[in-house]
Amino acid sequence: MKSAGFRYHDPQRIDDLLSLLGRFEDAKILAGGQSLMPMMNMRFVQPEHVIDINGVQGLDGIHADAAAGKLRIGAMVRQKTLMQSAALRAACPMVPQAVAHVGHFQTRARGTIGGSLCHLDPAAELPLVMLLHDAVLTVQSATEVHQVDMADWALAYMLPAISPDEALIEVALPLAPGWTGSGFVEFARRHGDFAIASAGCLLDVDDRNIIRRAAIAVGGVAQVPTRLPEAEALLVGQPASAPAFAAASDAARKIDALSDAYYTAAYRQRLAGVLVERALGQASKGTDHG
Amino acid sequence: MDDIRHIALTVNGQPVECDTPVRLHLGDFLRGILGLTGTHLGCEHGACGACTVLVDGEAVRSCLMLAVQANGRQITTIEGLADPDGTLHPLQQAFAEKHGLQCGYCTPGMLTSLAAFLRDTPDPTETQVRDAISGNLCRCTGYQPIVEAALLAAARMRQTEGVR
Repeated sequence: MKSAGFRYHDPQRIDDLLSLLGRFEDAKILAGGQSLMPMMNMRFVQPEHVIDINGVQGLDGIHADAAAGKLRIGAMVRQKTLMQSAALRAACPMVPQAVAHVGHFQTRARGTIGGSLCHLDPAAELPLVMLLHDAVLTVQSATEVHQVDMADWALAYMLPAISPDEALIEVALPLAPGWTGSGFVEFARRHGDFAIASAGCLLDVDDRNIIRRAAIAVGGVAQVPTRLPEAEALLVGQPASAPAFAAASDAARKIDALSDAYYTAAYRQRLAGVLVERALGQASKGTDHG
Repeated sequence: MDDIRHIALTVNGQPVECDTPVRLHLGDFLRGILGLTGTHLGCEHGACGACTVLVDGEAVRSCLMLAVQANGRQITTIEGLADPDGTLHPLQQAFAEKHGLQCGYCTPGMLTSLAAFLRDTPDPTETQVRDAISGNLCRCTGYQPIVEAALLAAARMRQTEGVR
């Protein structure tokens, strides 16, 4: 089992990458390769051109841009590096916990944040975490640069808002988002499997234990990772405790869920509710008042 | 009509220079072109872990990396784990003593994965060892003797470090 033939390109500069993308009709970007390589080995995809961006300069850094209030993460930062970054942990404490669920330590040594976001598996952890944190993605073609809010990134099942002539360059997170607690849980039959469902949440709780802001998202439940604005709204102004979390859990169960040969939509909805409640429990323990 | 590239890399300490079809993955390159058949290929889509090798010291799936991407890199395969004089790596010795292998198919991937893991985590708990090998499938042993072997090797490697 191996890939069909292709033309191989290994640009060293972003400009060269973008000009290659502009030139070819049928090209695939090879980032960490932990999803594309299996798909090529099994011949699910047979691109005419493979553009390997592992040598492209300037895509593998994490740096705090204090002036803009952003933490800037290069698209080629490996999952292993994400887990070890103190700067990222400060802006986004759930990262080590969530990324530990991505594959295994051997695949995390290769897999990248940009690859996960562009592959956009509905059950993947990184798109969920970035959606929760209102990440902004920088997407570039040979002629244009633009920003895409994570909320607008997932157009449909495994279809991100990026054209064939564009590359994801950078992911920016708020440097000091001010959340007081976060939670991330997922349910899979075996360690390292894609989750059947996952949930993440962020809470901002004041010193009277009243929720000021909440962000809740679920993965693996719908076609794309999904924020739950109704459940979030139910929490605001409420004490951070079981009754409010139960109400948010009930709201989460109303999500329009996927059904496949393995798990029904009703089962996924039920899991969404259970996992949201657990994640909220974690997030409230993460506060100074919980 | 294969696209071919010339690559230069280091495999088990030896410099290697040769041509490779660009579509060849690193596992097939090591086995088919270099004749290093100690690296085993199981699933070829990253699930089984049998093909794990060290690339610049990191344990990675050799089936999920193109051979051309190994250009300029240091590769260690199972053939490079023992000392040149044939003295087994402490992990290999412990696997032999604890019956950490039966058919041997998963063993190269187990050993390379654990070598990288123990370098980063010299004093692991049993749970950490189990987590580390969760991406390596073994259908013979039930994992218990593998975990015991890893813990034994870790203890011996820590002692050796202490003596130095």
